[in-house]
Amino acid sequence: MTTIQKQEHSPIAHLTAEDVENLGRELDALREKVIASRGASDAAYIRKVIKTQRVLEMGGRAVLLASRYKPAWFVGTAALSIAKILENMEIGHNVMHGQWDWMRDPKIHSTTWEWDHASPAEQWKHSHNELHHTYTNVLGKDNDLGYGIMRVDEGQRWYPAHLGQPLWNFINAVFFQYGIAAYDLELGKNLASKERRRNPAFKARLAATLRKVRRQAAKDYVVHPLLSGPSAPTTLAANLTANLIRNLWTHSVIMCGHFPEGVETFERTSIEGETRGEWYLRQMLGSANISGGPLLHVMTGNLSFQVEHHLFPDLPSNRYQEIAPHVEALFERYGLTYTTGSLPKQVASAWRKVIRLSLPNDFLKKTPARPAAHRAVAEPARAAVAGA
Amino acid sequence: MATTRTPAQVSLRDRARWFVELATTPLVPGDFWEVLDPMRGGANPRGRVVAVRPETRDAATLLIRPGRGWRGHTAGQYVRLGVDVDGVRQWRSYSLTSPPRPDGAITITVKAVRDGLVSSFLVREVRAGAVVHLDQAAGDFTLPLVRPAKALFVTAGSGITPVMGMLRDGAGGLGDAVLVHSAPRPEDVIFGAELRALAARGGLRLVERHTAVDGRLTPERLAELVPDLTSRQTWACGPNDLLDALQDTYDAAGHGDRLHTERFRPVVLAVGEGGTVSFADSGVTADADGATSLLDTGEANGVLMPSGCRMGICYGCVIPLREGSVRDLRNGAVTTATAGDDIPVQTCVSAAAGPCHLGI
Repeated sequence: MTTIQKQEHSPIAHLTAEDVENLGRELDALREKVIASRGASDAAYIRKVIKTQRVLEMGGRAVLLASRYKPAWFVGTAALSIAKILENMEIGHNVMHGQWDWMRDPKIHSTTWEWDHASPAEQWKHSHNELHHTYTNVLGKDNDLGYGIMRVDEGQRWYPAHLGQPLWNFINAVFFQYGIAAYDLELGKNLASKERRRNPAFKARLAATLRKVRRQAAKDYVVHPLLSGPSAPTTLAANLTANLIRNLWTHSVIMCGHFPEGVETFERTSIEGETRGEWYLRQMLGSANISGGPLLHVMTGNLSFQVEHHLFPDLPSNRYQEIAPHVEALFERYGLTYTTGSLPKQVASAWRKVIRLSLPNDFLKKTPARPAAHRAVAEPARAAVAGA
Repeated sequence: MATTRTPAQVSLRDRARWFVELATTPLVPGDFWEVLDPMRGGANPRGRVVAVRPETRDAATLLIRPGRGWRGHTAGQYVRLGVDVDGVRQWRSYSLTSPPRPDGAITITVKAVRDGLVSSFLVREVRAGAVVHLDQAAGDFTLPLVRPAKALFVTAGSGITPVMGMLRDGAGGLGDAVLVHSAPRPEDVIFGAELRALAARGGLRLVERHTAVDGRLTPERLAELVPDLTSRQTWACGPNDLLDALQDTYDAAGHGDRLHTERFRPVVLAVGEGGTVSFADSGVTADADGATSLLDTGEANGVLMPSGCRMGICYGCVIPLREGSVRDLRNGAVTTATAGDDIPVQTCVSAAAGPCHLGI
């Protein structure tokens, strides 16, 4: 996809400024409806998820004390993997978004939550809540578009290094939590020059991340194996496996949020003076859902409702499902495309894009397609990269 | 603490703790204990409601068994109690109506006030088995260790609650004690039967004033009922105007130090458009209108405000509202904090709705 501003047939050309503001008002009203009905059952939901997660983690780790017996290894690893996925997705991600701040429970609050992940909550909240959610899919502003290591949009300039991006993406998936920690530190940019390396703010953030990484690694790869005594090596392997499963799962889910075909991107200049309605519209077109059942939704932290999440990042995740039909109806009324698909379909779509864009635009096509449009794309894209 | 242990013990204990904390990081061991036992874990001690007893048609006593970390109390003190009403944690202060008991349990007696979210919930909806959150007991509205020879208690409405704790604790030790209590009607007197029984046993002279018939108590009327009032050590709890008038009376007699008062916080706060915002830790105070965000107000006045998206989505600007009211600029919802609440608010989409103190 090229940015929406450079497409020959813009999918929003039919909307007037007034339409967009009406759309915004309708979405504001939808948000108010959920806020007005937040209550005890929502609070009970998140507490139940947290309790389930902790029981699974304790149970899994307890079973792994005997991990040298194969059934124990499989049961314990499965429980721990599920616990880690729940912790990162339905609990950590959503609590840190402030979805549960309204409960005023200091233990379940965006300002106090720390998650089972290499990146410290503070840094993740900055790069994710503030940058990604504000500048969603704006080239040169939203680094989630390829995490700075990949090209996931035709509008991003091609370099020979992108030839390796299918491999980078796979390696990133395997080590995803460390990839995110490095990304939150903006490691590529901050290690590039001596001045940036010596910046005290960067050094403090780096030290915080290294401390977190050390403690996380000590827990999974030293403390719990030691507690397992004769089962130490197999517990170590189990914990590595659980972290790997969690990494692969979260990476897949997150790729489905903004990389599949049909998701739109935006020019840097397009968000100058952006109104609330326009911001909503960008979130609607810049996200994609995953269709599936209740288990899929909870295991993705309800990021299967990525569109609803991007419209209302601070609404409790358990409520996305009920507003989804209203949101989809809104798409239809305003003549917009609600991008969704099954998990295998969306993962495949995202991977296809990563592979396709590892090559220059239109490289695979036999004849150079639409040369005029192609040029029009390339020019502003260069400007955007140069400006970044 | 360390003085009672040898260095070797200290280091062994510290190492064990360090190891356990490393096993649960980034959570703390208490987070897992809590799953097994809801009375543990959390920043505050917790309590389990053991029984709820109706006192009058709009008041009830809650018998609560505090869990780990509760350090006990002295009769007359109050406790801040946190309950989840409609999923939202709400904190209110209540006088303890029990003396320290051998079983460690405490009682509070709550009167449901009109439009009182928490008091109505506690009186009408809480059931035995519920878990509540507790702060440590606080307050200096207590009897001295050496009980006064002559004591006077002046109470009105639910102002009887701290005094009831004292009477239950110190009734035997109080020599010449008078209680002047005001309530609209005889049936509205909280602990009415117990007080009348105590008076009948000679433990106390009880003067009941029923304001629906007798009118409100004034210092003049009180002086008629208790002619030697300023010669008595006096504990008073009731409406602010009564307490102020009493203070003037005692001060005029040169015995201001004999009057001990307990003021229940006024529940009605000034909610309006805009107000004076005090950034307490930064030493900055500024006037703000009802349309300017707290973030903009702080920044305009040189406060180092945390900030992020500036549109209410990222929660990067959240700081605690210590006291006062703020209004959500998106939907007009008002959030009110009273001392001790510390409610985190999004400063980029909140404006002052009356005077407010922010924790930055």
